[in-house]
Amino acid sequence: MERKNEIYIDIEPGRFTEECLGLHKRLESPVMAYFAEDLRKESGVFRIYCVFLDRKAGRWEAVRTNIPGDDPKMPSLAKEMYSASLFEREMAEMFGIYFEGSPDSRRLVLHEEVWPEGYYPLRKDFAPPAPGLKTPVERSEYRFKRVEGEGIFEVPVGPVHAGIIGPGHFRFSAAGEPIINLETRLGFTHRGVEKMLEGMDARDAVSLTEKIAGDSAFAYSCAFCGGIEKIYDIRVPGKAKMIRALFLEMERMYNHANDIGGIATDVGFSFPNALASVIKEGLLALNGKLTGSRYLKGVNRIGGIAADISTEGKALLLKSLDTAQKDLGELREILHSSISFMDRVDNTGILKKKTAADLGITGLAARASGIRSDLRSVFDGDIYEACGFKPAMEEDGDVLARLDVRLNEFDASVWLIKKLTAMLGNLSGPPETETKWEPKEGFSIGCVEAWRGPLVIWVRTGKDGRIERCKIVDPSFRNWQGLCFSVIGDIIPDFPLCNKSFDLSYPGNDL
Amino acid sequence: MKSILRIKLKKGTLSRPIHPEKGLLPEIEVMGAELRKKIKERFGRSFHIREVDTGSCGACESEIIAATSPIYDIQRFGIDFVASPRHADALLVTGPVSKNMAAALRKTYEAMPEPKFVITLGDCAKGGGAFKGSYYVSGGVKEVLPVDFHILGCPPSPENIVKALLVFLGK
Repeated sequence: MERKNEIYIDIEPGRFTEECLGLHKRLESPVMAYFAEDLRKESGVFRIYCVFLDRKAGRWEAVRTNIPGDDPKMPSLAKEMYSASLFEREMAEMFGIYFEGSPDSRRLVLHEEVWPEGYYPLRKDFAPPAPGLKTPVERSEYRFKRVEGEGIFEVPVGPVHAGIIGPGHFRFSAAGEPIINLETRLGFTHRGVEKMLEGMDARDAVSLTEKIAGDSAFAYSCAFCGGIEKIYDIRVPGKAKMIRALFLEMERMYNHANDIGGIATDVGFSFPNALASVIKEGLLALNGKLTGSRYLKGVNRIGGIAADISTEGKALLLKSLDTAQKDLGELREILHSSISFMDRVDNTGILKKKTAADLGITGLAARASGIRSDLRSVFDGDIYEACGFKPAMEEDGDVLARLDVRLNEFDASVWLIKKLTAMLGNLSGPPETETKWEPKEGFSIGCVEAWRGPLVIWVRTGKDGRIERCKIVDPSFRNWQGLCFSVIGDIIPDFPLCNKSFDLSYPGNDL
Repeated sequence: MKSILRIKLKKGTLSRPIHPEKGLLPEIEVMGAELRKKIKERFGRSFHIREVDTGSCGACESEIIAATSPIYDIQRFGIDFVASPRHADALLVTGPVSKNMAAALRKTYEAMPEPKFVITLGDCAKGGGAFKGSYYVSGGVKEVLPVDFHILGCPPSPENIVKALLVFLGK
């Protein structure tokens, strides 16, 4: 989607923290992306970017600084602003940058047990370690935060879980029944995507981005194409923009249906889940009929959309949506009228607004805690404003709030799709811009409001048009911390319920 | 409560066909009957599967779950997904095997009773798929475990999962 809305502020490393804190305060934005790129070959430095969102002006503001390539260190921003912490851990292990005074310098996705010290994958001169090379045993243990005291016990869970679900490790510290600390250790699905993207032709990279997180395949290709289109100054036809917006809502709907059912299952209420999975399957089958892919892969192209929606397709879409909405109405009635269900979800897993803001929680989880945050009301006004879109909001921050945000967003999606379909009817022409592909150098941010929250992809292409660096920030990346704080004080059996109410991505987080 | 009962009674076991033009997935019923027969011959009454994700994008998991939804409902043919490897006849592995998951995958396999089978599902699991050549991915599941059967697709649809399992059980 065409956007010229990025500001870059260059600053010396010494004033980086101060400038970032200023923006953080002025824009009331958490760190939306904070990453490095290796420019040692070109100019002997690592360049650091810290990106904030200016909601009112509808633009990104990035603070940028260079640190010496031979001695990469800088003061820790996480010391002052917690939402920066995970990003610094990531940069430390991927680039070997040292953050002075960092509150947490443990590795994130390159696990000590299998990855030796001193190998930084995102450096340009990286060569993989020899097989069998490992971190020395005395330094290879991941230090979980320990809660000690009489009667306190630890419960380790995972990486392999009981259900059909991604892998991750959870460590609970419990005193009697209530959880007093939860720590996650993720990274089990790390595949090195950002490194793989480097050197790829942007057109080939689209299909790889669709395989990063399957339940957000469309959001990923959309955000990535958006970034590249901005670099190449490609004007995406209005029709393609609308079809993109439409399928983003389709993706949101099948995932929301899935989670609404999942929340019911996790309190042992299986009937609503049966209904929810019928809704989900109906939507997946509909995606398949409209695009040939149940997960909307291969739909996005740089410059637009691979195929238009036919007239019959539109009729089928509208009919299927009516059925889905009716089913969801029944589902809502079932859930809200079951006292035992409501008892389990109300006041469980509360994520307070202040905590959510400090952690930099985004998207759906933030909206359930009363934080106004939805990229759909910031960008692409020509689509969302024209449709009269308003983000769903709840205040309580508990499982019920996250459930209700989903229920309301499902209805809003149906409404949006109907509006978009009507608007599409008046447009003619191909949904893709014919562009002559000339390699172009540049960098840009592509973003969409995926169903979990904002998905931000910063991409830079080189002279040959190949990708030099691509930083992906999945909404799950910071939201996992929200889950850890929300379960405190609840009992361990409520954990699956809280977990499902966030339903965060393992592969999106681990990349 | 009343409304729940009302909706429940009205709906019955299955609300509607997903592919109206084809009817209620007749091919699934035919395949299912055969599947049940094969399972009875080879595994007594049921065939239990333990699923492990070694770094998949989640689409494969979503399709496996879809196969257990009321639309396809493969449990009725005698296939069930179990929580522990101790109860499993087969291991169903998705993903290209991230370095971080290799040990957990091996341990899960070792925890299974004999005889045991390994089935891989999705393009990544076979040779790494789109992630082949990455610094953090080995060459798929076969580098870690002996693989008996592979289910193609990115991701394979629920229908294809049922079809492929039938082929596997016929082997």
